Amino acid sequence: MNPANRTDLGTLVELGTPRRQSRRRLLDRTFLIACILVTTIGVLLLGVLLTSILIQGLPGLSWDFILQYTSRDPSLAGIRAPLLGSIWVGGICAIVALPIGVATAVYLEEFASKNRITSFIRLNISNLAGVPSIVYGILGLTLFVRMFGLFGSAQAPAFEIGGDVYAIYYDTNGEAIRYPVSARDEIPEVATGDVGYVEEVEQAANGDLIFTNRWMPVSLTVIPEGEEATPAIGALEAWSVEEPADFEVVRPWYYLQFPFGQSVLAGGLTLMLVVLPIVIISSQEALRSVPMSLRTGSLAIGATRWQTTSKVTLPAAIPMIMTGAILAMSRAIGEAAPILVLGVALFITDVPSTVMDDFTVLPMQIYNWTNRWQEEFRNLAATGIIVLLATLLLFNAVAVLIRQKLQRPLQ
Amino acid sequence: MTTDSIKDRSASEIEARRPKIELPTSPHEINSAPSPAPVIEENTVTCLEAKDFSSWYGSFQALHDIELTVPSRQVTAFIGPSGCGKSTLLRWFNRMNDTIPTAHASGTLNLHGTDILPARFDVVDLRRRVGMVFQKPNPFPKSIFDNIAYGPRLHRRYSRSDLAELVEQSLRQAAIWEEVKDRLHQSALGLSGGQQQRLCIARAIAVGPEVLLMDEPCSALDPRSTSAIEELIRELRNQYTIVIVTHNMQQAARVSDQTAFFFEGRLIERDKTERIFTNPSQTETEDYVSGRFG
Repeated sequence: MNPANRTDLGTLVELGTPRRQSRRRLLDRTFLIACILVTTIGVLLLGVLLTSILIQGLPGLSWDFILQYTSRDPSLAGIRAPLLGSIWVGGICAIVALPIGVATAVYLEEFASKNRITSFIRLNISNLAGVPSIVYGILGLTLFVRMFGLFGSAQAPAFEIGGDVYAIYYDTNGEAIRYPVSARDEIPEVATGDVGYVEEVEQAANGDLIFTNRWMPVSLTVIPEGEEATPAIGALEAWSVEEPADFEVVRPWYYLQFPFGQSVLAGGLTLMLVVLPIVIISSQEALRSVPMSLRTGSLAIGATRWQTTSKVTLPAAIPMIMTGAILAMSRAIGEAAPILVLGVALFITDVPSTVMDDFTVLPMQIYNWTNRWQEEFRNLAATGIIVLLATLLLFNAVAVLIRQKLQRPLQ
Repeated sequence: MTTDSIKDRSASEIEARRPKIELPTSPHEINSAPSPAPVIEENTVTCLEAKDFSSWYGSFQALHDIELTVPSRQVTAFIGPSGCGKSTLLRWFNRMNDTIPTAHASGTLNLHGTDILPARFDVVDLRRRVGMVFQKPNPFPKSIFDNIAYGPRLHRRYSRSDLAELVEQSLRQAAIWEEVKDRLHQSALGLSGGQQQRLCIARAIAVGPEVLLMDEPCSALDPRSTSAIEELIRELRNQYTIVIVTHNMQQAARVSDQTAFFFEGRLIERDKTERIFTNPSQTETEDYVSGRFG
């Protein structure tokens, strides 16, 4: 048919035969039923998963389980260390990833000019969001745990801030004497003999340690490794070379070492790598959803771009940014693979008190328990999963609260 | 004029300028155009001036060799069909076109004899002196008070009482104080479209501008709100130089002292409003205002 000949709209609008009409209605109903079916499958799977975990894990859930450290005895094992480890790592991850992610999104959306370089960056951030988390684990291992080996090993770090190193000596009564030294490799090895009850330790100008007892000062020479001890002039006659002195590093809260080792900080930063692209992308979406007219309105009364961003655009975008942050944090708390790659210790019986302390996280502990042959440990894993889900809900609830608090002045 | 000068106005002066808007009570009255604004013939000071001004978006030339003066403390209307460049010119007067990466211009645009086009010109200060009201009301998602206080706070610190005073005076000038004085700390988004637009005018006034640019300020409003805004424009004429872009020729006739007609990126004619609408010198103008095209 030649379109030019069509003058009457009626010839163009065909309503179709009754048969075709009924087929259309059938298709419509089929599609609806298919949608309901698919949704039901998803809900059912979730229900089965939750039920099986609750049946298996709920009997083991008690305050003791939450408050106790892990143990070789399943009846005594608890989840305290991984729970607090997860909170520490998640907290560090949030504190680092959110400012960096939001700032990156602000730059890309509000300040960067649209050119090839920025669109290349945008594209690659999207690509990074799809990279498997284990890859970030390997990156974190190199970058944070080992720091490319530039600063020695984690056990003998080349660079420390705030760590007070003490050499420990034992007197004849077996009591420990802590002697502050500047670094681990300067710990003096001393020969001690029949010194008796040592009351005081001093270091002489020549580096000697002077141990004083209640009768007389006794000078003991620091012996370089591998040399025989010789008595100093005027010292007591009987000598023996003891084991190299022990040392202890007392860590204040600001203690920092390079490389980070398998520490809370390394774990948090590795998870930061995992979630950063997600935070950036969701923040970009949030900023994009703020109407342009708000920005022009602000600029038109003489606001600078920064004033416009900080006082109008960002506050309007915060609720959506927080939604993205919730998703990102849920991902971080639930990740096991990158933490596994870092090689963190599994049997932790201490709670981190500084960012340089060892840690483990809930998914790691759950993974570890599922690998045991005892049935009891596998039940513990189910209980651990309940705790993990509760922690996720807690994190999300906090984020929702923050979002509502920030949203209120806008409404 | 600085922000201080708003503050310094005496109370009686404020009282004198208190909105005397009588909103039309029947639809009948809305349609009856108020008496045309008196045209100030002599002693006009040039506020804005375009000399040999051309503007492009990328390679598309939106404005060709514009020669135009905008007199101080009068209302100048820009009319013309869509795409004729009138909004483009308006947006150059406070350099809002800077936000469009492809926009560029040549020639001179003077504000009181100073060229505002050089890149080093302080656009932040320019936009404080040359305020803008947009087609669609765009209040911030903040309280009514914060919407008005936003602008002044950008430029300097205010004591709480000074700020409250400034907000009240700005809202009074924009003839919206009586409607919002009991709900200053509620969201501005709860206001009607016409109220929002007057709020936006108050927001622009609050930073003490000399010029108010209005880009089709009534096109998203109902007739009642439109008439309130038009009344307001006539009120504000005594203190501000107002440039208004409008598609509504009756509106141009009602509110403006001067009218400029643009067509296809060129300024065809600029004259007293009365003459443009009764006896224009160009045939294009006559065709347009009489509704023969456009």
